[in-house]
Amino acid sequence: MDIKTLYREIVNEHNLHPTHKHDLEHPTMVLNGVNPSCGDDINLQLSVKDGVIEDAAFNGSGCAVSQASADMMCDDIIGKTEDEALALAEAFMGMIRGTATQEQKESLDEAASLEDVAHMPARVKCASLGWRTMKEMVEKLQKDGVTQGRVTANNSEVCGACQRMDCEKK
Amino acid sequence: MNEFRKDFPILQGTDTIYFDNAATTQRPACVMEAMTQFNNTCNANPLRGLYTWSIQATDAYEQARHEAALLIHAQKDCEVIFTRNTTESLNLVAYSYGLSHVKAGQEIVLSVMEHHSNILPWQMVARQTGAKLVYLEPDAEGTLTKEEIETKITDRAAIVAIGHVSNVLGVTNPVQEICEVAHRHGAVCVVDGAQSTPHIPVDVQKIGCDFFAFSGHKLLGPMGVGVLYGKLELLEEMPPFLTGGEMIEYVTRESATFAEVPEKFEAGTVNASGAVGLAAAIRYLNGVGFDTVQKTEQALTKRLMEGLATIPEVTVYGSENPEKHCGIVTFNIEGCHPHDVASVLDTEHICIRAGHHCAQPLMQFLGVNATARASLYFYNTEEEVDRFVAAVGKVRGWLGY
Repeated sequence: MDIKTLYREIVNEHNLHPTHKHDLEHPTMVLNGVNPSCGDDINLQLSVKDGVIEDAAFNGSGCAVSQASADMMCDDIIGKTEDEALALAEAFMGMIRGTATQEQKESLDEAASLEDVAHMPARVKCASLGWRTMKEMVEKLQKDGVTQGRVTANNSEVCGACQRMDCEKK
Repeated sequence: MNEFRKDFPILQGTDTIYFDNAATTQRPACVMEAMTQFNNTCNANPLRGLYTWSIQATDAYEQARHEAALLIHAQKDCEVIFTRNTTESLNLVAYSYGLSHVKAGQEIVLSVMEHHSNILPWQMVARQTGAKLVYLEPDAEGTLTKEEIETKITDRAAIVAIGHVSNVLGVTNPVQEICEVAHRHGAVCVVDGAQSTPHIPVDVQKIGCDFFAFSGHKLLGPMGVGVLYGKLELLEEMPPFLTGGEMIEYVTRESATFAEVPEKFEAGTVNASGAVGLAAAIRYLNGVGFDTVQKTEQALTKRLMEGLATIPEVTVYGSENPEKHCGIVTFNIEGCHPHDVASVLDTEHICIRAGHHCAQPLMQFLGVNATARASLYFYNTEEEVDRFVAAVGKVRGWLGY
């Protein structure tokens, strides 16, 4: 799909009128995900009960691709188990790397529309920010054996070079 | 039509508008031809061989050094050291001069508008020596005032490192004045000429700088060759940066004595064909003439800035005077992230840069996360500027507003 068409038909709507861009009242976990190089910055919030993601939302700012991708991801993962969410994240990352199966792509539903833009090297980080952050959160919840309640996430270090969290130190 | 476009193969038979010249410039055919000529007639390892091809390769390499020295008005050819690029040139100064001269408690003075390549090497020196970094800050127009320069550069300064032209604001800094102040306080002055050398005549003796760095690829030349100019007396007493082949005089099992400047700083087999390409680029640029370069760029910048001024949602950063932009126009469109702007402009076959332009401290100073940047060169045209302005006017629509 032509990038302009992609924006018109999918990205703009999720960017300008997102469904899940708000704060959750009682999130189980909140994690700040940042792309220091472009200033994409989201606070992803998950509400988890007995291994099921009951609700997901985000706040923050960034390019249309990062915001729209986070919104579509929330659509995808709400109601899914943690393992299903991780499988979706793997499918999305696989799609970007060009290794995803047709089945994996279909599992991503609307998020699969980002395939073309995600192939652009400079946009990979924008498209994957939400997914990367979600993966980190779910893995932490599983590692710590949290099934519900509130977890404070402080596992993102502040990068000495850029003073931002989650920077892949170059 | 622009008379120089025909010299650039990449600009033929395409409607692509290349407005990312501050990142790298396009190469005229003569540059590629000069490199091919080198490879097809005298490719051999320079400086060492005792046979004809190697001698010819050495001559070609040294001739390139001579032409680079002439371009920036270095007093002697040996004051020109070939590196990979500006970043490597600045690292050479930091590792060699910086680490051996800067002492704890001293200061390294930079400006907040430096490219990361003129910040990170000095952060390293400061960390290792216990020196302190001091940042000059520009006024709203992007100008470093005399007062700012006089107050921040003191007797504590060991090094003053300053960009000649900002890669974001396009403003030309008063490097001559800054060098004078630095010298008055006993500091050496390093000038990052990556963005100035392709656009304005450079005279390192007139500037009075101790070191000056630039890249070949931003000046019509190939990637992978850059220059560090240094005053001979400083280069002579500096330790080598990298060690190994080509840069030695005599080696025993335990120690070595080093070759003379500039070979002392050119360890390993050099990029001779790259240097030959750079020399061809310099000749081509001299043929165009800096008068023409500047006149063309200024006219195009004026047209571009006037065009953008008609779009209410566009903010342009830096001076309102197009002549102070060196062909660089950094902007934002309200509500649109620069990455989205660049992505949709790409579908119109327009190449611009978006992001932090390797100048995050400046972005923080300007209070923006990222910006879009159009940067022009003498081969760009009014038609391209008009198409660009028209496209920018449509970006908000494309992004759903």
